[in-house]
Amino acid sequence: MRTENTSFPLSDKLINDFEVYQSDIKQNDTEKIYNIRKLAFADFLKQGLPTQTLENWRNTNLTDVYNETYNHYYQSPEKIEDIDKIFQCNVPHLNTLMLASLNGWYVSKDEALTKLANGVIYGSFAAALLEYPEIIEKHFAKYADNAKNGFTAINTAMALDGFFIYIPDNVEVKQPIQIVNIIHHDKNICLQSRNLIIVGKNSKLTLIHCDDSYNHQKSLSNTVSEIFIDENASFDHYKMQNVNNASTLINSSFFHLERNARICSNGLSLNGGILKNDNYVMMDGEGCETNIYGLYLMDRKQHIDNLVHVEHLHPNCYSNELYKGILDDTASGVFNGHVIVHKDAQKTNAFQKNKNILLTDKAKVNSKPFLEIYADDVKCSHGATVGQLDTEAMFYIRSRGIGEHNAKMLLMYAFADEIIQKISVEALRYRVEDMVKKRLRGELSVCDQCVLHCSHPEKEFNFEIDMTKV
Amino acid sequence: MLLNIKNLHASINGKEILKGVNLEVNKGEVHAIMGPNGTGKSTLASVIAGREVFDVTKGEILYNGKNLLEMPIEARASEGIFLGFQYPVEIPGVSMTNFMRTAVNEQRKYHGLDPIPSGEFLRMMEEKKKMVEITAKLTNRSVNEGFSGGEKKKNEIFQMAMLNPTLSVLDETDSGLDIDALRIVANGVNKLRSPENSTIVITHYQRLLDYIVPDFVHVLFEGRIVKSGGKELALELESKGYEWIKESL
Repeated sequence: MRTENTSFPLSDKLINDFEVYQSDIKQNDTEKIYNIRKLAFADFLKQGLPTQTLENWRNTNLTDVYNETYNHYYQSPEKIEDIDKIFQCNVPHLNTLMLASLNGWYVSKDEALTKLANGVIYGSFAAALLEYPEIIEKHFAKYADNAKNGFTAINTAMALDGFFIYIPDNVEVKQPIQIVNIIHHDKNICLQSRNLIIVGKNSKLTLIHCDDSYNHQKSLSNTVSEIFIDENASFDHYKMQNVNNASTLINSSFFHLERNARICSNGLSLNGGILKNDNYVMMDGEGCETNIYGLYLMDRKQHIDNLVHVEHLHPNCYSNELYKGILDDTASGVFNGHVIVHKDAQKTNAFQKNKNILLTDKAKVNSKPFLEIYADDVKCSHGATVGQLDTEAMFYIRSRGIGEHNAKMLLMYAFADEIIQKISVEALRYRVEDMVKKRLRGELSVCDQCVLHCSHPEKEFNFEIDMTKV
Repeated sequence: MLLNIKNLHASINGKEILKGVNLEVNKGEVHAIMGPNGTGKSTLASVIAGREVFDVTKGEILYNGKNLLEMPIEARASEGIFLGFQYPVEIPGVSMTNFMRTAVNEQRKYHGLDPIPSGEFLRMMEEKKKMVEITAKLTNRSVNEGFSGGEKKKNEIFQMAMLNPTLSVLDETDSGLDIDALRIVANGVNKLRSPENSTIVITHYQRLLDYIVPDFVHVLFEGRIVKSGGKELALELESKGYEWIKESL
């Protein structure tokens, strides 16, 4: 029941823009897609932007974000000048196929879509709307539920670009695909991007998804990813978040699993003003497996809200969630875990765990692991812990001559390590180990991980992108 | 004199545990502290190592002539004090190797030395492991995680060997050990004995003292050392029991 006024400058602007920029919004759409957009827009008009009156948004206050003025863009930038130099990922030995977006728009030196001999297609979502409308129509807005919240609805209505990855049946993609979203603008910016990832029957894909910001302007990024994993297919997903404190990221991922499909998603949140990560997993077949992990290291006034919603529709499926967080200063965190085991989903195994360390009296966390079970032959557990560093362990470590600061570091790192060890891409794991150590020591700046090799933020910056790496 | 404890009073949550302990330890000596449960033996060990839950309300501890009570826990360790824990703490996620390397290097830093070269460190690890008959690879094992009772105690002596302390305080190192593990642990301690370092062995039973032979035995009772003597005092205690102490008071 909505009782308060849900009109904000941001929602007013979005509603206005949907009319004003209609021709830009529908430029790549088939009639069917544009009709989906219109329905989603109607959904948005009904819901507005999510406020704390909604259960899943109760502990995340975005009022300031909604009252901010942003620049919105409905056309891709003309051409990025001189993009040939610096764009590269500085993770050693991480040999990925890299795709990049700048302020929500796909950037590439070559064509906007690449089709490989084995049938793999990757590139710009906007381009895919034009070139592969039959694939898009089959999946677009099928898994993302516009009724979940206004952000998803308005994204379906208005997001124009993002990443499109299509893996046909029976293809094991050995090289991980890395998608890098960079936010860089000299003004406040609101961007909406849409990703569609399809992994065909018996296929395998590893995706590394990096959100980076470069400058210190305020930004709001609303990303919706729809991920379809067909029968016996396997999808490994890593989400790295290291954006500036003025950034708000709304990341909603909708996973749809067919019979015997498996996913493993690991969200590593190292920096960001407000991070909202919603993962919706629908296991729509027997024998599915879902592992979702998260690590969040927040300090200052940073806020993170992780939501994992898993539906067990059929028998013999497995789901496991483990989220761990360390919160310092006045940082705050939210964990909402919701597993629904439907009536027919016998022999379900479902586990949820959220563990937190609060380093100060002012840091706080709201944790709500929640199971909803309608089947009778299931094995489920859930739990949450909130605590401080173990004083016994602190004493033990210090009694060996290790100073208080380093003792804390060892314990915090040990706490985080359980999630880091779940990373199966070795080069990425080493990199994350290093980043987490730096982060815990307070040495990790946003620029550290940024793929743009710019160590002097005050310097005039041009987008120099080495397209040989893209 | 290496350690001089004068009229030490210590309490936890307002409850006084140590009620005026006096103890003098010279270099090269082994002292055994015995006594019934709950008389303050572990408290004394903890206060020497600097455990912060205890408040020292009166008295002083001089270590090498320095005021020990003013030093933070880690400085005491770097000054050469080692506490062998009665219940070694499990620290999941911290590997033994990383833990020991950090400890060795922090102590070296305290003394103005550069970090130990990697090869030298690994050789030292292997050598000390042999001394306490640890066969398992420690590289990938977290500190004490999944260790059996005996392994945990062996691990304490291993750490002691790695850190080469001047004063070791071994708190009930024999508890929970079978006779083989006890022998290994005691051998380790004996090998580390030198005219330059001292050991305080805290134990409930005389058994350990068959292996680690003390120069002095003290009986701690209700927060005070009520009786001191040579190693024969331990045997007398064993035959007469702690009731004998109570009666003689």
